[in-house]
Amino acid sequence: MAMIGVATTRRKIQWSFLDLLVVVYALVPVLWIVSLSFKSKETLNDGNFIPREWSIQNYVDIFQTNEFVRALFNSIGIALISTFIAVVIGTMAAYAIARLDFPGKRVLIGVSLLVAMFPQVSLVSPLFEIERALGLFDTWPGLILPYVTFGLPLAIYTLSAFFKEIPWELEKAAKMDGATPAQAFRKVIAPLAAPGVFTTAILVFILTWNDFLFAISLTSTEASRTVPAALSFFTGASQFEDPKGTISAAAVVITIPIILFVLFFQRRIVAGLTSGAVKG
Amino acid sequence: MTTEVAASTADPDTGAPAGKKQLSEGKRAERRLGLLLCAPAALVMLAVTAWPVIYSVWLSLQRYDLRFPGQTEFIGLENYITVLSSPYWWTSFGVTMGLTAVSVALEFVLGFALALIMHRTIVARGLIRTVALIPYGIVTVVAAFSWRYAFTPDTGYLAQLLAPEAALLTERMPAFGIIVLAEVWKTTPFMALLLMAGLALVPDDLVKAASVDGASPWQRFIKVIVPVMKPAILVALLFRMLDAFRIFDNIFVLTNGAQQTGSVSVSTYNNLIQGLNLGIGSTMSVLIFITVAIIAFIFVKGFGTAAPGSDDGGRR
Repeated sequence: MAMIGVATTRRKIQWSFLDLLVVVYALVPVLWIVSLSFKSKETLNDGNFIPREWSIQNYVDIFQTNEFVRALFNSIGIALISTFIAVVIGTMAAYAIARLDFPGKRVLIGVSLLVAMFPQVSLVSPLFEIERALGLFDTWPGLILPYVTFGLPLAIYTLSAFFKEIPWELEKAAKMDGATPAQAFRKVIAPLAAPGVFTTAILVFILTWNDFLFAISLTSTEASRTVPAALSFFTGASQFEDPKGTISAAAVVITIPIILFVLFFQRRIVAGLTSGAVKG
Repeated sequence: MTTEVAASTADPDTGAPAGKKQLSEGKRAERRLGLLLCAPAALVMLAVTAWPVIYSVWLSLQRYDLRFPGQTEFIGLENYITVLSSPYWWTSFGVTMGLTAVSVALEFVLGFALALIMHRTIVARGLIRTVALIPYGIVTVVAAFSWRYAFTPDTGYLAQLLAPEAALLTERMPAFGIIVLAEVWKTTPFMALLLMAGLALVPDDLVKAASVDGASPWQRFIKVIVPVMKPAILVALLFRMLDAFRIFDNIFVLTNGAQQTGSVSVSTYNNLIQGLNLGIGSTMSVLIFITVAIIAFIFVKGFGTAAPGSDDGGRR
């Protein structure tokens, strides 16, 4: 018994060491930008990993500029709307893929796979021109359109994997009791599918929240520029100030939702990312 | 219900026309609902990808510079000749290929290690998975700024630690190193998650049996675990390769393509937004699209059923 105890303790120490490596790996770059954002203007360029002087001045500064507040508003609005649309449309399609038999199913799966692998930059030139012609350039819908499009394959894959796990029998039972396929969808499957839909929403939100290429190509003013795009146009509180501190503070602000999602929904996110990929 | 079963069992050998006649009301309703539910998704995806791609082929055949709109005219393949004979394009093409190869290779090794840790650790498994998701979730631009400032002379902790006298981001090879570092840091957890899903499919008994037969840990890994995981490995590699080929955010923030570190995406963006040359920009778009299609095609042909979606339902 004693031997086993020693062995497990040693193994625990070994694993703890490996775990620690992972924690350092994942957190150091994040902690660095947090540290920069809390440095006072005088110590900003001292190269210390931990601030010598703590200050929230950078945060005060960014929330006083319209540049950042407006971009944050754009980011939140555009990401929420895109996520909502992609998840609603994706849920419908994924339900059909998982549950129904109809011609063209494989084509849809193929198309979503193609879109998932599609090089976004190939869309930048034509979308730039098309959106200018349609008056969508530098508007919310102008960004929502590509975000929904690239969110859809992710939504369809993740959701159809989730939907395949839901017991068939319940739907059949509902149909036996006289429900139409549409009713079976609304009353039986939808509540069961809610956790999967929620997980998918998180994944799609992270995807759209992250985008930079469309955000800088299809916008030109504060009207629709999201935070990732606005960061590169940042100056300090005055035009001649070093923007490192304010950029870091803004970067930390848009990292907060990601950290919250990861903290609270780790299991779901892992399940969502892995189910779609393996079971496809 | 019974008619539906009868219809579908009678179907397979009688061919389509007879099958259609025998479709029950329920079956037809199911088909209609299926098409109806998929229509919005299909329409959006086609409208926002297929149509612009066709349009960009059309744009790529024209001289179209937004600074000189009066000179717009159809010029056939001239833009393609311009781009394909430009050393600038081939440099960024080489850069993209190189970055893709190096970063995917590193991600694969690190991702496998991380997957094994996440899958097997006996201490704080939830914590490790949570922490590993942070690089995956974080906005690429945010991480890129963190790396940029870490390597900025004077300001950065890494600059002071590694090369206090040099500006690493302004030298070509060190800049590549930093771009690869940023890319690998960000995407290794995603690779690890895909691989972990594969690891979960490896039966424990199989590994134990190999161990009883005297296989060393390395032999167990190479001869038992890897073969079982092959589909997951191929999916992970394909996804990451195509994703790495699109690299843009990290380069834009870290070097903005200076010192010939620009990828094809950065070149295309610069031609379009800074050069305002839609013709050349569209030509590059089409070339990138074709390259990605070729990579995907080789993968799917070479590895057949491993591609996701190609055997829908078959593996389950």
